[in-house]
Amino acid sequence: MELASYFQLLLSGITVGSIYGLTALGFTIIFNTTGIINFAQGEFVMLGGMLAVFALKGFKLGVLPSIFISVVVTTIIGAAIERITIRPVRGGAVLNLIIATIGVSIFIRGVIMFVFGKDTYGFPQFTGDIPLTFWGVAIMPQSLWVIAVTVLLLLWLFFFFKKTIFGKAMLACSHDRKASYLVGISVNKMVLASFAISALVGAIGGAILTPITLTSYDVGIMLGLKGFSACIIGGLGNPFGAAFGGIILGILESFGAGLISSAYKDAFAFFILLVLLFFRPTGLLGLSKIERV
Amino acid sequence: MKRFFCCLLILGIFLGFAPAFGEDTIKIGALFSVTGPASFLGEPEKNTALMLQEQINARGGVLGKKIEIVIYDDETDVNKAVLAADKLLKRDNVIAVVGPTTSGNTFAIEEKFEKANIPLISCAAAEKIVKPVKKWIFKTPQSDRYAAIKILKHIKERKFSKIAIITVSDGFGQAGREVLKEVAPTLGLEIVADEVYGPKDTDMTAQLTKIKNTPAQAIVCWGTNPGPAVIAKNRVQLGIQTPLYMSHGVASPKFIELSGSASEGILLPAGRLIVADEIPDKHPQKPVLVKYIKDYETKFKSPISTFGGHAWDAIMLVVKAIEMGRSAKPADIRANLEKIRNFVGTGGVFNFSPEDHNGLDERAFEMVVIQKGDWKLVK
Repeated sequence: MELASYFQLLLSGITVGSIYGLTALGFTIIFNTTGIINFAQGEFVMLGGMLAVFALKGFKLGVLPSIFISVVVTTIIGAAIERITIRPVRGGAVLNLIIATIGVSIFIRGVIMFVFGKDTYGFPQFTGDIPLTFWGVAIMPQSLWVIAVTVLLLLWLFFFFKKTIFGKAMLACSHDRKASYLVGISVNKMVLASFAISALVGAIGGAILTPITLTSYDVGIMLGLKGFSACIIGGLGNPFGAAFGGIILGILESFGAGLISSAYKDAFAFFILLVLLFFRPTGLLGLSKIERV
Repeated sequence: MKRFFCCLLILGIFLGFAPAFGEDTIKIGALFSVTGPASFLGEPEKNTALMLQEQINARGGVLGKKIEIVIYDDETDVNKAVLAADKLLKRDNVIAVVGPTTSGNTFAIEEKFEKANIPLISCAAAEKIVKPVKKWIFKTPQSDRYAAIKILKHIKERKFSKIAIITVSDGFGQAGREVLKEVAPTLGLEIVADEVYGPKDTDMTAQLTKIKNTPAQAIVCWGTNPGPAVIAKNRVQLGIQTPLYMSHGVASPKFIELSGSASEGILLPAGRLIVADEIPDKHPQKPVLVKYIKDYETKFKSPISTFGGHAWDAIMLVVKAIEMGRSAKPADIRANLEKIRNFVGTGGVFNFSPEDHNGLDERAFEMVVIQKGDWKLVK
């Protein structure tokens, strides 16, 4: 194989990887505040795409207004989910909350299937569909959008959790709920915000991904699963880890398919995931938990 | 005494009236995946069944009796299909059943029909439904094999000798992959790349990059939406000029909508239904197709699909078999189905025989090319 083909595989991997990474970011936000894994995260991504398509086709809005509306609506849905399903059982074990999110994801999928049907939908690419070619390596302009938006969201989240008082307060909630409460942090508000923000990130992701991946009511399952794997690879709780894990997963899949066999593409990626879990359960960028005695 | 008359009355209802009621209608069962993942197939099939019931009864029924089509929805679920098949056989006492929509559901229930001695005319494509031939099982869609042969012969005519195949890792894709790998060598074609992708994959540039590095002169993709649309887009992205052939699995307007300008120039075999206005007037299928399309589109206000046509063929074949034998007994219907020759349906011209329970071959397909977002017949 020529050298250009290796770069093409690498670039394909990075494109797919940023899709996974973008989904993984949403997991990070809720995990950082509540310590739970929100299995409805993939559904936020699906909503972002489906609602944008619906706004574009149903209301004949432009590309940008459609995305704006879908992101706003999904964010509200994210907040509503917290208010309706998570808050009433907040005292329960983490496992119960996680199972509640699984229920929510099935519910959302069902409603969307019922309202919009089971068809697959596309969305126009933002800046045309003519591929850009550099030294024999081709990339769609939309992929650059995905990569750029992933980087921007990543930087924003990093800044948000590390530098703003609001973000720090959210982090504090995950470390010790009671202590946060005692120092005057409104834990309820923080958890609500974490769902809203992760729905926002998911919806933005869904809207910019749809031109490449197409969307249907059930894309959330696969994206959620891959996003979750990305989190595990990168280390749960670290936004950089999530994005990094996504890109690693994407590159592994791409080289696995391109060099070994495409039939075992997914098996290959998950094999690496298992190996990683055996030898480094905290993920590549995760720190092992140190308990002070 | 009162009780005795009561019993007699009830007995009378069962013995006397029920058969009398059964006499003046002919009950045909139908089992379609109207909801669930295969609803895009099952919905037009159900619509077609309702439309035909109305049309046939309006023209006086069959053998002077009204027909009643008892339709069940299996929700694309194997268990529901099995339950519905039991209902049709034991409670509704139908004389024949059309459907199910999907191959998996057909495999799950065919044994019941063999035991009950009721003919089943499946609307699912898998070749294994009728190969080996089972006494009571028929099907109307063209087998994947003939789509593959049509594609490979077309490639052969263009004097190509090396092909790449890329197939989806589900039942449809892997059945296609087996047939392609079996037929290609017999036509002197060499498969130089054999790639697979997942039904929910969103990027196939890795597989296509690999294909790009092989001497393949044509690419054959076997899958159903949305995968092939992604492949079409990725092919344009990578600047691959090698001709791309799709299977008949994407012969619907949805594929063109999803792949947009990337669909330009893609070749695929399709039933004549989607190119009905382009086939010559002297073709025997022309009047049947034109009428079906006009009736369907005026009645349901939605575009035609090939899949509704499979139900049209199945129901009309049963009607034809009843009229041929002037009998609506399941055994006579079965025997007469095997005798049907030159039956013009939407999927092709059917020629059944005791050895062939599908009745179609590669002539049921036309090669079409996508040009400016529409199907064009390849002459």
